[in-house]
Amino acid sequence: MKEAVFTLLRQARLARDVWRMELSGDVSAITVPGQFVEIALDGFFLRRPISVCDCGNGELSLIYKVVGQGTQVMSCLESGASLNLLTGLGNGFSLAKSGCSPLLIGGGVGVPPLYFLARCLLKAGAVPTIVLGFNTAAEVFFSEEFRALGIRVIVCTADGTAGQRGLVTDVLPVGSSFVYACGPLPMLRALDRTLPCSAMAEFSMEERMGCGFGACMGCSIMTKGGARRVCKDGPVFPRESLLWE
Amino acid sequence: MADLKVSLSGWELDNPVIPASGTFGYGREFAELYDINVLGTFSFKGTTLNARFGNPTPRIAETPGGMINAVGMQNPGVDKVVTEELPRLARCFHKKVIANVGGFSVQEYADACARLNGQEQIGLFEINVSCPNVHDGCMTFGTDPFAAAAVTKAVKAVTSKPVYVKLTPNVTDIVSIARACEDAGADGISLINTLLGMRIDLRRRKPVISNVMGGFSGSAILPVALRMVWQVYEAVKIPVIGMGGVSSARDVIEMMLAGATAVEVGSANLTDPWACPKIIAELPQVMGQLGISSLRDIIGGAHA
Repeated sequence: MKEAVFTLLRQARLARDVWRMELSGDVSAITVPGQFVEIALDGFFLRRPISVCDCGNGELSLIYKVVGQGTQVMSCLESGASLNLLTGLGNGFSLAKSGCSPLLIGGGVGVPPLYFLARCLLKAGAVPTIVLGFNTAAEVFFSEEFRALGIRVIVCTADGTAGQRGLVTDVLPVGSSFVYACGPLPMLRALDRTLPCSAMAEFSMEERMGCGFGACMGCSIMTKGGARRVCKDGPVFPRESLLWE
Repeated sequence: MADLKVSLSGWELDNPVIPASGTFGYGREFAELYDINVLGTFSFKGTTLNARFGNPTPRIAETPGGMINAVGMQNPGVDKVVTEELPRLARCFHKKVIANVGGFSVQEYADACARLNGQEQIGLFEINVSCPNVHDGCMTFGTDPFAAAAVTKAVKAVTSKPVYVKLTPNVTDIVSIARACEDAGADGISLINTLLGMRIDLRRRKPVISNVMGGFSGSAILPVALRMVWQVYEAVKIPVIGMGGVSSARDVIEMMLAGATAVEVGSANLTDPWACPKIIAELPQVMGQLGISSLRDIIGGAHA
């Protein structure tokens, strides 16, 4: 973990309530896809945890959804703004487990960290396929960016207004070497039910956080191995360690 | 040369800055970030006789100038603290630590403290009779002078170390509780724990926190904490550890002027992991500006 001041380079809206900010600063603590950063905002006590969508060459790309007052303020920040970030938080995905044909599954704002993951997997010689699930066409983002990587992209929406109609669990391709998933809890739970028992997978979990670096125990979940902090022991957990009540 | 030293029941601290229980774990996360030996000491995560997972999530809500938590005393239990956390801590922290202990019955407090009493790494006990996040326990002891006294007596009977009782602000008369603890043999008073509060999610029309209510902390509560430290300092002869909303060297000095011998820093650690070393580094300069040569001299200095 590192604390660093970043400069906002540009910011744009990608879909309904979904924004991307690109920043420049010291990204040296971000070493694995699936990690996150915590942004301090003037006037707000707690930092905002945001997953890393991409990073490299001193630049950081973050995609977030406006869900409350803090993210609303974030979306109004202009180029040149300085932001204090804690970077390199969380464990990230295990690249070594991917095999040659991994499947990536993202739902809503769970999609962004899979972009950095896809880039790293390609670099390591794997051929990933990605399934992107959204509620409706107005919320779809980043499908073109994934296509531009030259990988197979399957888009689905719950209402059928873009891509295939259905949930990610309705459109899963068969025959992957490993599954990486990030999305809302109901999606991950449904995935766990749908994937074959033998399918090896890592799920990136989400919880409301206090500190983001393992001190406050605000985001603990119970796993088969006992209590774990989503921010510090996760957010990525092996599928077989998770409990679904 | 600014003198930052203070002493708690004969235990001399290099400075009065102490990360508060529940914001610092057992030190490990922060030892990765800086040399935690710069601290006066720290108060470890509230520990109970048996392991606890705590409350379901969401456990955290935000509020202007602060936050609300309902962690519910998640901890590995006293045995694991003795066999795993303390030995691990010994590798990176060479000072004594404050053992924060919670419980659900008088006997449980006593049993947990008895188990910890033999640990040389522990400088004093901070008995938490004030956690707002567990039902049928803890805060119940801190809202009744007789119950607080009973816990104090039971713990004093099983330990040779100083016993500080950590009080809840969620009472009508904190002075009567502090006095009851002093009369029962407490060596010091530690205050304040969090204020009971809540937030409601406007879209879901439901409380943000699954436990409905939680403990409100952060800079917004500083005036309440100062007021209670002031009141308790006037009422008891034993030392007071002040806490609640402290996030700067100026806040530390204000707390000491109100009557605190040492000062705990809580939520500030969660938003700025380097908050405590920054405060310690800042203290000599602020003391210089205010004409303070020794912190010891200003304890209770605002009282007539």
